[in-house]
Amino acid sequence: MNKHTLSVLVENKPGVLARVSGLFSRRSFNIDSLAVGETENPDVSRITIVVNADSSPLEQVTKQLNKLVNVLKIVELDPHQSVQRELLLVKVRADRVQRSQVLETVELFRAKVIDVAPDTLTIEATGNPDKLDALLRDLEPYGIKEMVQSGLVAIGRGSRSITTGPALRAA
Amino acid sequence: MTRPTPETLAHRANPATVAAAANQAPAVASPVPTTGAGALVRSLEALGVEVVFGIPGGAILPAYDPLFDSKVRHILVRHEQGAGHAATGYAQATGRVGVCIATSGPGATNLVTPIADAYMDSVPIVAITGQVARPAIGTDAFQEADIQGITLPITKHNFLVQTPEEVPRILAEAFHLAATGRPGPVLVDIPKDVLQAQTAFTWPPTLDLPGYRPTLHPHGKQIREAARLIAAAKRPVLYVGGGVLKAGATDGLRKLAEMTGIPVVTTLMALGAFPDSHPQHLGMPGMHGTVPAVYALQKADLLITLGARFDDRVTGKLDSFAPDAKVVHADIDPAEIGKNRHADVPIVGDARHVIDELIAAVSAAAEGAGQYEPWWATLNELRERYPLGYEEPTDGTLAPQYVIERIGELVGPDAIYVAGVGQHQMWASQFIRYEKPATWLNSGGAGTMGYAVPAAMGAKVGKPETPVWAIDGDGCFQMTNQELATCALEGIPVKIAVINNGNLGMVRQWQTLFYEGRYSNTELGTHKHRIPDFVKLAEALGCIGLRCESKDDVDKIIKQAMEINDAPVVIDFTVGKDAMVWPMVPAGTSNDEIMFARDVRPAFEEDDL
Repeated sequence: MNKHTLSVLVENKPGVLARVSGLFSRRSFNIDSLAVGETENPDVSRITIVVNADSSPLEQVTKQLNKLVNVLKIVELDPHQSVQRELLLVKVRADRVQRSQVLETVELFRAKVIDVAPDTLTIEATGNPDKLDALLRDLEPYGIKEMVQSGLVAIGRGSRSITTGPALRAA
Repeated sequence: MTRPTPETLAHRANPATVAAAANQAPAVASPVPTTGAGALVRSLEALGVEVVFGIPGGAILPAYDPLFDSKVRHILVRHEQGAGHAATGYAQATGRVGVCIATSGPGATNLVTPIADAYMDSVPIVAITGQVARPAIGTDAFQEADIQGITLPITKHNFLVQTPEEVPRILAEAFHLAATGRPGPVLVDIPKDVLQAQTAFTWPPTLDLPGYRPTLHPHGKQIREAARLIAAAKRPVLYVGGGVLKAGATDGLRKLAEMTGIPVVTTLMALGAFPDSHPQHLGMPGMHGTVPAVYALQKADLLITLGARFDDRVTGKLDSFAPDAKVVHADIDPAEIGKNRHADVPIVGDARHVIDELIAAVSAAAEGAGQYEPWWATLNELRERYPLGYEEPTDGTLAPQYVIERIGELVGPDAIYVAGVGQHQMWASQFIRYEKPATWLNSGGAGTMGYAVPAAMGAKVGKPETPVWAIDGDGCFQMTNQELATCALEGIPVKIAVINNGNLGMVRQWQTLFYEGRYSNTELGTHKHRIPDFVKLAEALGCIGLRCESKDDVDKIIKQAMEINDAPVVIDFTVGKDAMVWPMVPAGTSNDEIMFARDVRPAFEEDDL
């Protein structure tokens, strides 16, 4: 099974996310991650879904998604032809002794400290899932008190855009 | 007993004139002040709706006030499930969109089964439900149910109307979605305060469905490739599904079949798409299909699949289905193609366009059609050796197959036959000859027991001049027979033949074959205790009740029922309980395991080509 990143353009209407996510569970697909937000066109939302699937079931779920009346367009993003990012917020145990070592790791991964307490540091990092996994591995020995991750968002490289085209209503 | 007379029925709108008037719905350019409910009823009128089936209740009540004055006929059913199946039967018989109406909460949830049923069989219906007022949504208000959420997986699309201004557009979108592309049910949920609020009605609205673009015309390259495979095939089969009926492609199908000489099988949903009497028709494939139809698919080297979906009841064990066949698969729904079986030539398009273009491509191909004489020789021999048939019961009971065969013979191929689900449904598919489209209605995909009575009611409303016979079982009949009261009061003279074997017959058959005859909870008591007595029940519901217990009376009683046209008729055909449906491919096994009768397997091996 392979990971696939689907960009799904949908009408920005109530209940559309439930239609999309419901379809995945109904057809027995596991969603690895899901992120949704408005696009440059306020009538259109973009859902980025990462699924673990073989190519033929993936084709089936893509066809089923296309049948949803509110779905405008589906594009699979090739990881090599796109930029993929997740956001991670993590609260790490860091007393006076450990703090400088933790800060060194933060520096190394070009992450940011966004909150400080006497015994913890809260770190913000963005990157592809591999980079964030590596960061977490490095922070683990200090003690991770809490963490939260966004779904993956992705956009194609180059000047072409998937949101323009005949499929979409003019804004 | 009092029944409605022609005079008391005269106030009801004549469907033909209503339809004619509605087809020329005038544009309403300058806004007419009305309520959301008024806009709903005006939209239904403008959409050419002649009849709706429903039951009022609190949340939908505002809609019933303007409906009272409308030319749209409302048929007051006794249970919302009846309204839903009636809308389905109406749609299947007429090809138009069927409409059902219910109130919020339990009214709406009672529509769930018929909506799921229409979804599985791709029937165009629109369900309109009342919802609690907008401020109450999400508060567990009285009679609140999230019917939009509940019906998400069983509708083609559904709407929760937010403002009265949206009503005409959403209604027009709902009808458009239901009827076009792959048809299906669409639900429109309207909060009570939206129905009550003031608005201004204009017509026609502009549809706003940017994500909905069904593909009707097939790709020329795929059509040419299909024609090439047809010319090269030695053992092709036209595997025809319900999509051909929905597309109105039956004339084209006949032309394609006759010009190529390819054998035809029609699935349960496609009976009537190709005349049963046609020499190229091998019958129905699948679990209870004919031996030649099942064999033809298994041994084919090419399946030309038109509007069918490789359902498990047709394929049996999927990985042993038609192992040597290349597959041309044409469907209007791209998601059906390659879903169960890989398609060598996928064709997305409406069956009518696909068939017309196939005809043109096959005529144009230099090779022309292929040569299939050896294939036909094998199939004809099988037809000869394994015809559909049944054994006369040895215990003196009436054979259910005989009853159904005689109904088909006496009532003829112009009538509409509507079946429930179970043994009687399979016998009705086997022993009645279907010659014309839209003469066979049944619940194929969902297998909804209780479908027959309300669907027959809807079919009769849509085709008042056509005799409509429901072939029902004693189990099915007890699920929805209350709609006979509706039929009696509304002047809908359907015929219901209850094939009463005193048991849940199909389940009992499986218990006989696969559970060592341990008949757990399949005996209904309609024989042993005559509870209920179907004749008395029929009379209580305002119908004529007849009973037939012997072979000698069968013709006489069918004819007696045929003469009654001013009331619904129920016939209790008391039949033997041990009759079984043959042939049979046991569930989950390969089609190669087909049994012609109990412990009798056709000797396919010798016939291998």
